[in-house]
Amino acid sequence: MSTIASSNPPSTIPAYLTTTSIGKKVLMAVSGVIAFGFVCGHMLGNLQVFIGQDQMNHYAETLQNLGPMLWVIRLFLAAAFITHIWLGILLKLQNNAARPVGYKNETTQKASLASRTMIWTGLIILTFVAYHLLHYTARLTNPEYASLLDGQGRFDVYSMVIHGFSDWIISAVYIVGVGLLAYHLSHGVASMFQSLGLNSPAWQVRLNRIAWFFTILLFVGYASIPTAVLTGCLTLPGGGY
Amino acid sequence: MNLTLHVWRQKNAHDKGRMEVYQARDISEHMSFLEMLDVVNEQLVEQGIDPIHFDHDCREGICGTCSLVINGAPHGHQKATTTCQLHMRHFSDGDHIYIEPFRAKAFPVIKDLVVDRSAFDRIMQAGGFVSVNTGGIPDANAIPIPKYFAEKAMDAAACIGCGACVAACKNASAMLFVGAKVSQFAHLPQGQVERERRVRAMVAQMDAEGFGNCTNQYECEAVCPKEISVEVIAKMNREYLRAATKKS
Repeated sequence: MSTIASSNPPSTIPAYLTTTSIGKKVLMAVSGVIAFGFVCGHMLGNLQVFIGQDQMNHYAETLQNLGPMLWVIRLFLAAAFITHIWLGILLKLQNNAARPVGYKNETTQKASLASRTMIWTGLIILTFVAYHLLHYTARLTNPEYASLLDGQGRFDVYSMVIHGFSDWIISAVYIVGVGLLAYHLSHGVASMFQSLGLNSPAWQVRLNRIAWFFTILLFVGYASIPTAVLTGCLTLPGGGY
Repeated sequence: MNLTLHVWRQKNAHDKGRMEVYQARDISEHMSFLEMLDVVNEQLVEQGIDPIHFDHDCREGICGTCSLVINGAPHGHQKATTTCQLHMRHFSDGDHIYIEPFRAKAFPVIKDLVVDRSAFDRIMQAGGFVSVNTGGIPDANAIPIPKYFAEKAMDAAACIGCGACVAACKNASAMLFVGAKVSQFAHLPQGQVERERRVRAMVAQMDAEGFGNCTNQYECEAVCPKEISVEVIAKMNREYLRAATKKS
């Protein structure tokens, strides 16, 4: 027999969010919304590479010129990501502990593969993001294109991207990384509405469609850049890569 | 028909337990799954083997006592069906059937296929009620309730508390059950007085019992014999957010 568990509800809003099952899911959803918003905005920023070198470098310079504001945004995003990752791992451990003895013969009725692999796609995405930050933000992995300047003396992000994706192994890593990110969101985008209580039987169908729309949109948007470089559609200002 | 049963046998809560294989012979397709087990048990008793223990009561699909995970699905693979209402005609001669108990830390096995579901009772005791003073019976329809809300409350109240949602959930979460119990009151005028206290207390008890967290995979909805919709979980999440922002 189990020992009789008793409990008291928390008394403050932070305690609700951090100690209860529903509170943690709400934090998971809110941090997910922030991360999703960033992923969409980042894609729109990156797609300016197709407009040309001048536009891309101008956009990058604008972001850099935000100064302290850039760091406020970076810290806000980092807080959301860390919350999302930390809670994701914590909830997974709690969920595993909730069923210490599993089934010999387990079946799945309707849970999508994406929903059952969130922790794994999430952790691989985390590794990918760490590499991506070292590659294009800190620019430590490939010093040969870490400090290029364009004709106007701005940092040449455009050429850095072309150089970076001209290596098919790096491009492949990016395509797989964004593919997993998009797949993660095929469950996440619909799921965050349910966690926040914004769902109904009619909306559930629509939310799943919306989630898949974003999955495809984000994958095509992000993967188009390395693909365009590898196929020769995007080239250095002087041509080639 | 003749069947091969792979059944979880466990002497008591402390026994490690194992799968045992039994032959079920001359089973009529008109039998319910539990009647099939009754027949097997008679044969086991004749052979001097301890019969297979399983929970059952009304055997008409309304009490929520029967359980069993049959071939990997709580109450078997028939939609909207309890184990007692699952008939053998859905199986074929020669089938291998795997029978396991509901698995969750909060539902410990007592013996064989019988699990302790009193965690659900404690969640109900925490807030699954409406407090009223005793006295004369109120007139029917004295409190007008719009049809929409009456139906939502009735849909949620169809929950029989069997625990199949927990058994099916990849995380052994009880949110469909608790969501149904919270929703059935939250939609009705009678439930308003204790509205915030109820959801706070029931969720706190659910967490304390060691159930997992909902990851919105909706396995619960798929196996629920009463077809409770996961909209009750969304409703509970709204109720909980509302309660969290109000003074207790």
